[in-house]
Amino acid sequence: MSYTDKIKGVIDGSDVALFMKGTPALVMCGNSDRALKALRRAGAPVTAVDILPDPQIRQELSALSGWPTIPQVFVKGELVGGADIVEELEASGELERTLRERLGDGYADRRDERTVPLA
Amino acid sequence: MSTQPLRELLEQAFPDATELQVTDRTGGGDHFQVVVASPSLTGLSLVDQHRRVYDALAEPLADGRIHELRISTKGAT
Repeated sequence: MSYTDKIKGVIDGSDVALFMKGTPALVMCGNSDRALKALRRAGAPVTAVDILPDPQIRQELSALSGWPTIPQVFVKGELVGGADIVEELEASGELERTLRERLGDGYADRRDERTVPLA
Repeated sequence: MSTQPLRELLEQAFPDATELQVTDRTGGGDHFQVVVASPSLTGLSLVDQHRRVYDALAEPLADGRIHELRISTKGAT
């Protein structure tokens, strides 16, 4: 069984997709936590995917994105980066600018956060 | 692993680096922080700058010698 189509579906179908270890309710890795917190500070409507249930999810995600580490953040289908980049962009205000540009001015009002199971 | 092999890989990939640091964050030999400033990164997006670092460290990343990697990159200013 392959996850690639489902992964693509989440990346392309979500305003902000966060592939992480654990879920927003139970984060299992410090870097995933850093990315999630930076996204929350920017008011991003996050669709989270836990990659831990099956190691194949991570393999197929990295093959697709060309990015070797977790977490991975996508905005409107485009890779924004991992925890270091997302923190850096949030600190400089660029993350909010990008979100406003791509999602529209009222994006932060939604306060939307959900988890999508793949496995 | 020590920081030295990582530093060597980065020096090969960024021979013109103006700043190059590798730190063992936990002392356990598998959580590293790297800082690279290089004119060859100028004009690249942060994603592409980090990809250059991942490419340089592809082998220790793939074989698990690097368990966690924090990256900070800069082009020439």
